[in-house]
Amino acid sequence: MTDTTLNTMQMNERANRARMWKRITLRFGLYAMLILFALYYLMPLFVMLVTSLKSLDEIRSGALLTLPREVHIEPWITAWSNACTGTTCQGLRPYFWNSVLISVPAVLISTAIGAFNGYVLAQWRFRGSNILFALMLFGCFIPFQVVILPMALTLGALKIAGTIPGLVLVHVIYGIGFTTLFFRNFYVTVPAELLKAAKVDGAGFFRIFFSIFLPISPPIIVVTVIWEFTQIWNDFLFGVSFSQAGTQPITVALNNIVNSTTGVKEYNVDMAAAIIAALPTLFVYVVAGKYFIRGLTAGSVKG
Amino acid sequence: MTQTTQQILSIENLDKSYGSVKILKDINVSIEPGEFLVLVGPSGCGKSTLLNCIAGLEESSAGDINIAGRSMVGVSPKDRDIAMVFQSYALYPTMTVGKNITFGMKVRGVPEEEQQAKLAEVAGLLQIDHLLDRKPSQLSGGQRQRVAMGRALVRDPQLFLFDEPLSNLDAKLRVEMRTEIKRLHQTLGASIVYVTHDQIEAMTLATKIVVMKDGVIQQVGTPNEIYNHPANMFVADFMGSPSMNLIPATATSTSDGTQISIARQTGDDLVLNFDRPISGMNGSGSKEVILGLRPENITDPLSVVAQNGQLADCQIDVVEPAGSDTFVVTSLGGKQVTARLRADAVVVAGENASLAFDLTKASVFEPENGARIA
Amino acid sequence: MTDWLEKHVPKLVLMPSLVAIFVFVYGFIGWTAYVSFTRSRLLPKYDLVGAIQYEKLATSPRWEVALTNLAIFGILFILFATVIGLILAIMLDQKIRTEGPLRTIYLYPMALSFIVTGTAWKWILNPGLGIESVFRDLGFENFTFDWLVNPDLAIYTVVIAGVWQSSGFVMALFLAGLRSVDGEIIRAAMVDGVSTPRIYMSIIIPSMAPIFLSSFIVLSHLAIKSFDLVVALTGGGPGYSTDLPATFMYAMAFSRGDIGQAASSATVMMMIVTAIVIPYLYSELRSRHD
Repeated sequence: MTDTTLNTMQMNERANRARMWKRITLRFGLYAMLILFALYYLMPLFVMLVTSLKSLDEIRSGALLTLPREVHIEPWITAWSNACTGTTCQGLRPYFWNSVLISVPAVLISTAIGAFNGYVLAQWRFRGSNILFALMLFGCFIPFQVVILPMALTLGALKIAGTIPGLVLVHVIYGIGFTTLFFRNFYVTVPAELLKAAKVDGAGFFRIFFSIFLPISPPIIVVTVIWEFTQIWNDFLFGVSFSQAGTQPITVALNNIVNSTTGVKEYNVDMAAAIIAALPTLFVYVVAGKYFIRGLTAGSVKG
Repeated sequence: MTQTTQQILSIENLDKSYGSVKILKDINVSIEPGEFLVLVGPSGCGKSTLLNCIAGLEESSAGDINIAGRSMVGVSPKDRDIAMVFQSYALYPTMTVGKNITFGMKVRGVPEEEQQAKLAEVAGLLQIDHLLDRKPSQLSGGQRQRVAMGRALVRDPQLFLFDEPLSNLDAKLRVEMRTEIKRLHQTLGASIVYVTHDQIEAMTLATKIVVMKDGVIQQVGTPNEIYNHPANMFVADFMGSPSMNLIPATATSTSDGTQISIARQTGDDLVLNFDRPISGMNGSGSKEVILGLRPENITDPLSVVAQNGQLADCQIDVVEPAGSDTFVVTSLGGKQVTARLRADAVVVAGENASLAFDLTKASVFEPENGARIA
Repeated sequence: MTDWLEKHVPKLVLMPSLVAIFVFVYGFIGWTAYVSFTRSRLLPKYDLVGAIQYEKLATSPRWEVALTNLAIFGILFILFATVIGLILAIMLDQKIRTEGPLRTIYLYPMALSFIVTGTAWKWILNPGLGIESVFRDLGFENFTFDWLVNPDLAIYTVVIAGVWQSSGFVMALFLAGLRSVDGEIIRAAMVDGVSTPRIYMSIIIPSMAPIFLSSFIVLSHLAIKSFDLVVALTGGGPGYSTDLPATFMYAMAFSRGDIGQAASSATVMMMIVTAIVIPYLYSELRSRHD
């Protein structure tokens, strides 16, 4: 081997090593950034948790991000059963059940209606059905402030103002737009020939739905249910506008606890209450997260 | 039992429009029981729409459809006594093969034992007995197509409708299934209306072909008629592969007969004798025409076909050996003309070769409207 | 009779929803718009009196604050959420091994109610006991972070909380879009020797224009509707310095008993949303026409 070849080989080796180091540092930097962002997102949850387990004295002495010196679970008990939400001090428990009583029927009904609507709009199109779909879709985008006043009057006229059924009705009506969108976009991917074959076989509108379309629907049902549940459980505007003292959903109760002007500010109770309010949707998210994401991107990404 | 001689399908003056666009224009077709009718044509010619009208999946705008003598106006698909096989098979994805086939019977309230009996019969005929518990997603393309046919067979209808059933299969499978369908037709004596854009399928399967273009029927006839006596240039060009040569020429009629001369780039015209009168020429004068000759009717002098042929020397531009034949291309009348020679014919590109033109099988067309005039 | 029924079943099935939408969406919007032209205060009146409510809005200092805040909040919120979402998406696109868990972490805030988010950040940004104290303990003795109670700066706290909640969503959108870019184009560019950053800048990001549009639409929609977040985080305060049109409308409707002002402010909100969403919906539905 000549000297020049040896030199070239050594130079190449050095260059390769330099490139490798560059790649490794870039990778390291990337992961560092990602972890930093992860901390940014996790920080509030961590703070809430940690604060909820501290005594008030410890909280008042500062140190937002430190773990509790002693773990106190009283704030949680207070938040659940004793915290004051205005004039009553029953904690979040009754309001938790209110939210359940509101969400479950509303989710089930709006999903069922959305399924039928989507089925019609995707497979039984008629003249003007696209325009009708557009009109329904637009309903998803309106700022609800613009319907609050007339809705309040209507609920009063129907004698269901401030009731749980009243809130269920409101959520069903304003949920139809989204549920229809999800099912329609899903059913549109079913080839038209399937419907033709079923018609030739003699099946009618409902039979085709229950025998053919419903069995393929579990994925979209899950997406829709998760999305609707999250929307309805987390809603505040309808809750605060259309409920009264006993029928308030948990978000309203939480806000009342946190913003109550009476007595001492119990930050640990506030944080515990916030976590309790967030648990159902968080739980659903952790368990079925990928369906949640699919729901989020359902109407937004082309193709 | 009286033997009815009525037609199994009769379509009269059928029109179909979408808004202001006319998809089907004055369609008139009928078939006898046991016939295999193929609707063939390029995409957009209206063949699928016509099939959907026959099935009742789409409403016609005017005209009448009769199946087994009954008018189908206002009759829904399920009451027409038809069965349909689709291009994408359209099998119910969450049902097993067995359930797919018996679904129609279930809807109609057929008793369970009868359902199972018919299922067994059809499954045996199509050799899908071992697949009855599988779901469509677990089947191959060919198996799915058989299940689709099973679903149709089990209805025992007056009329079978096929909508491009083989288009989704790969070439080899397509040929296999084609034979399968032909065999079923012969075994069952079924009446079939079949849509395809593949003219080879049309030629091999049909007892009667309808060639369509832009919603208008171009020609109705047996495969032989369509192939050898195309009614116009479109049909001549569309059917047959490689397609018919359409050569601009001049026909001259004298008291001795008719001659057809074709201009050539090199040298003088190629002059051939034509054996029949050409309509529009009353034994005199000359006329611009289009001469239609299939490649197999321009061949080498040693082949059998050449017995009726008139020989001429042509300069060969391209030689394409194709295994069983050799195709050569020569320039005539300004067009690239393909001739089919024996596999071991001696031809060299760039040199002259003697070709035999058999005009007994030729067609002559009017250049302006493409209509056949001889 | 049954034949007619059979033929029209699809339309009949759709009918209840259509009626509901027409009454409760379009009918109600009409009612609100109508009332915005009346003198309604505690109770709705139905005599039209022209645009006096809008004139009153235009000269109301509180409404001016609300609109200004909407602009500030809207622009910053959309900008930061988009940029952060894009950066996260690009980083996650680099074949990260822990992509699944990371994505879950970035996105979970979307599963929370805005009330919960507002409550949490209200505590974190608490002057004295929140972030301020953390930095003070670390040695920065003069560090102050009292934005939450500063009338001029409070609106920016809403931006912080809002971006925290929604940037994960933008990331999810962009990640899906990045993944759907045609791999062949990228490979061709790599063969041509184009560097990775350049590939992103010149090829991938421009091809994601529709996603930028989608996320813009959703984010601006969230911004305009922002009510829960403000209520929980600042209560509209201090004073009304963090008022947004949504909280203004609510105050007018339920605290002030001024239905006329509530209706007019709601109508203005409606117009803003319409101006942004209609062109988008129109183009979406046209291109999706099957």
